[in-house]
Amino acid sequence: MESVTPVLGTGLFSLAWLLIAVPAASAAVLLLIGRAGDRWGHFLGTLAPVVSFVLGVVYFADLLGRDEAERAVHVPLYDWISSGTWNIGVGLQLDQLSIVFVLLITGVGSLIHVYSIGYMAHDPRRRRFFGFLNLFVAAMLLLVLADNYLVLFVGWEGVGLASYLLIGFWQERPSAATAAKKAFVVNRVGDLGMSIAIMLMLAAFSSSSFTDVNAGVGQLSTPLATTLGLLLLLGACGKSAQVPLQSWLLDAMEGPTPVSALIHAATMVTAGVYLIVRSHAIFTAGPAASIAVVVVGTVTLLFGAYIGCSKDDIKKVLAGSTMSQIGYMMLAAGIGPVGYAFAIFHLVTHGFFKANMFLGAGSVMHAMDDDVDMRHYGALARALPITFVTFAAGYLAIIGFPFFAGFYSKDHIIEAAFHASWVAGTCALIGAGVTAFYMTRLMLMTFAPGKRWREGVHPHESPLVMTVPLIVLGAASVVGGLLLNGWITEWLNPAVQGEAETEGLIHFTLIGGVTMLVVLAGIAVSFLFFGPQKVIPDVQPATRSPFVRAGRRDLYGDAFNEAVFMRPGIRMTNDLVRFDGAVVDGIANGTGTVISGFSSRLRRVQNGFVRSYALTMTAGAAVVGAIILLGRLG
Amino acid sequence: MGAQIAFWLLAPVMVLGALGMILSRKPVHSALCLAAVMISLAVQYAALNAPFLFAVQIIVYTGAILMLFLFVLMLVGVDAADSLVETIRGQRPLAVLAGVGFGLLLVFAVGNAVTGPDIGLAADNQAYGGNVQGLANLIFTKYVVAFEATSALLITAAVGAMVLAHRERLTKRKTQGDLVGERMRRYAETGQHPGPLPTPGVYARHNAVDTPALLPDGTLSELSVSATLRNRSGQPDRRDLVRPIQRTIAELQGDGELPQVTKPGAALTRRADLVPTEDRHHGDRPGPGAEPDGGTE
Amino acid sequence: MTDHYIVLSAILFAIGTIGFMTRRNAIVAFMCVELMLNASNLALVAFSHKNGALDGQIAAFFVMVVAAAEVVVGLAIIVTIFRTRRSASIDDANLLKF
Repeated sequence: MESVTPVLGTGLFSLAWLLIAVPAASAAVLLLIGRAGDRWGHFLGTLAPVVSFVLGVVYFADLLGRDEAERAVHVPLYDWISSGTWNIGVGLQLDQLSIVFVLLITGVGSLIHVYSIGYMAHDPRRRRFFGFLNLFVAAMLLLVLADNYLVLFVGWEGVGLASYLLIGFWQERPSAATAAKKAFVVNRVGDLGMSIAIMLMLAAFSSSSFTDVNAGVGQLSTPLATTLGLLLLLGACGKSAQVPLQSWLLDAMEGPTPVSALIHAATMVTAGVYLIVRSHAIFTAGPAASIAVVVVGTVTLLFGAYIGCSKDDIKKVLAGSTMSQIGYMMLAAGIGPVGYAFAIFHLVTHGFFKANMFLGAGSVMHAMDDDVDMRHYGALARALPITFVTFAAGYLAIIGFPFFAGFYSKDHIIEAAFHASWVAGTCALIGAGVTAFYMTRLMLMTFAPGKRWREGVHPHESPLVMTVPLIVLGAASVVGGLLLNGWITEWLNPAVQGEAETEGLIHFTLIGGVTMLVVLAGIAVSFLFFGPQKVIPDVQPATRSPFVRAGRRDLYGDAFNEAVFMRPGIRMTNDLVRFDGAVVDGIANGTGTVISGFSSRLRRVQNGFVRSYALTMTAGAAVVGAIILLGRLG
Repeated sequence: MGAQIAFWLLAPVMVLGALGMILSRKPVHSALCLAAVMISLAVQYAALNAPFLFAVQIIVYTGAILMLFLFVLMLVGVDAADSLVETIRGQRPLAVLAGVGFGLLLVFAVGNAVTGPDIGLAADNQAYGGNVQGLANLIFTKYVVAFEATSALLITAAVGAMVLAHRERLTKRKTQGDLVGERMRRYAETGQHPGPLPTPGVYARHNAVDTPALLPDGTLSELSVSATLRNRSGQPDRRDLVRPIQRTIAELQGDGELPQVTKPGAALTRRADLVPTEDRHHGDRPGPGAEPDGGTE
Repeated sequence: MTDHYIVLSAILFAIGTIGFMTRRNAIVAFMCVELMLNASNLALVAFSHKNGALDGQIAAFFVMVVAAAEVVVGLAIIVTIFRTRRSASIDDANLLKF
């Protein structure tokens, strides 16, 4: 297995740090300047990712013009930790994989920044919001551009911080603050896996750079490589909201909608997929870990889809959908070399259409006075034409309608899954059907005729600053797959040592056909239940069906956490507090009491009589002398 | 052989002297016992071929240091014997136990460590022509730094002792005139006798300083004897001193009855009683020309 | 022969310590200290004799010098204390305690 040796970045590439530095500097300015920046802060905040995007395009063009062997560029910046055999530098690695991410992050990020200008127009803390967003962009770029795991981890934690800050942006709402805390805590669980994995790498390879790890992992024993892979998977699960660490993503919808679009749909939550793909060598060396990835991905794609079916909150449906789609990517990444490129392909298209739909949902909420309950929507197609059209493009993309973005990326994954294992393939197929069902449900409940608006709500189309990003993303959802299909596998395969096959644009197989049928079935079922002629209850109907109740309660993910971790944890904490109070404090205070009582008696020895002191000295000298003497004799 | 005789002769003396020092009630006795120990020690030094230390021990230790002790003893008050009653509970038996234990330990530890024959100092003493020359050689070569350091130590000690003993005069020194004025004022206010204290008694058979003078009425003058002597030898029986005089008076008068003598004295007794009670705090009997406040406070 | 001197020295030293611990008169206590110093001097001179080296005598000599300095300062302190407290008992100087 040959590994790609990056070439040293010179000339233009030595300025690659600007990609990160520009949004980071902008974030610093926005967060430090105070109210003085309130009037122009959002423009600066929007400019920063645009600059990064332009830079990214320049680098992309440069890489595009290079020979395939020279497309991995390494830009060392400085030595960070140099101790003993460890030599960890801070450096950037621009290769086919990371440049795709750079373009996605800065491209979609720029659009979302533009959108946010309109969406957050009435928020008194818009400047701070843009500061956080820029911080996120900088951290995310550091994550994908890092040349080693330790620097990646810095970005990893940076996006975690930005995510925390942005979920809890409306900190005056207790639910938002709690959701931010929850996201942070659950992410810590994953980060634990990450950090242990990095420590293991440092122990095993004395280095955490991708090159060294990829080169060295082949010599590692299989159990160790598997452990490494499982730990990385744990980290990826935390960041990408995969089962069992999925619980935070639905609550994270408390954040402003652009945040949900950028962080919790298009970029940050896909960092787990990036990590798995980036660590392809480790998963090749530890096949059991790959299987775990497949299992996690498959379970999550069904899990998320199930939740998506049962929610009335438009953002939560999309969040469940996000989990499900990332499950697809995980599945693809777990399949191995044949799936890596497809995982990234789906990641990119998902970034387009899911950001598009989230922003569309934001536009809908904007029109409906921040109401998120789809039961209060209906008949919005006419009121919000642009939103409707762009949303529909995203919808068609996600269900895999032919020639839309998702059609290519998702069908490739399903096919690859069937090639790998019929179980995973079947699950992916069912997932596609369920996706079609709940997305159709969303569309019908939101846009189909039948007003269920609250009083005083007068929907109106969003301003241009919000609709233009929608249009761009909607277009990308339509043509993204067409443009990228084929090219992206060629492009990525060398970087991830993938063996993904390049398929033609018109590519119908048996599996593709079956998928189409399943998707159509999902749509039909959805029309059956939520069609235009159906009356949709204004409140969520009570039901005794355990399946529906389970879905509404996020498949008991929170209940599970509560029962398995929180309650025993609280009990253990209480017990520990009691133990601490009784035993530890008892020992400490008891020792203190004993010593102080003993001392208050002992101090009477200091009675002021020189002769007593002399007696003590003589006795002491005699004892010491006797001990020495006995030691000599014995 | 001579050394052994000296040792066995002197060792018991030294141990007894040391025991006497710690057991005698009076500090002066202790000092003298210590002197005996030190002189014996000097002889031991001589027996151990250390003639220089022999001399130094006698001159410096016995002659200077011990005398300094005696000076201070006299200054602090030689009259009071120490009470040997122990005030700290359990101190004495424990002290003896610890001391004896420590001594035994020393005997066993050091005594066992000494093996091999005595080399003797004959050769070393002869190397430079004598013991003093040999010591001088060491002091001024090998130990010259320590020797110079001791000079600094001695200077420091001398200055320190002077600083400690020195007292600033806080009041103006009284002149002869002031003292006379004070004395007269005291006489006017309290009736204290302004003149010198009476001298000790001089009798036909006694003229020692501890013999009190006899007042004209036949009573004894307390003031005529130093308080120290009074404490030490006690009050002599007045009648013993008076009896010869009475006898003489009786011979002269033809009958030996006392009332004739005591009766005229009754008028004077009051004054004789008055004086000593007021003057008792002087403690010591000042000489005729001594200033009442010239000594210690 | 040397061990006889050592034993004598140890006995004198022990007597000195016992005296220091039992006598209350500061001057007598000081004498006990002197006795201990003399006892150690005897041991030094005896060792000097045994080892055939004059260094022991030098040491004893230095001990004497230091003892002289110590006595001078110590007695001055005793006199000073006596002046203020009218007492030469070391038990009376017991203010420095708990």
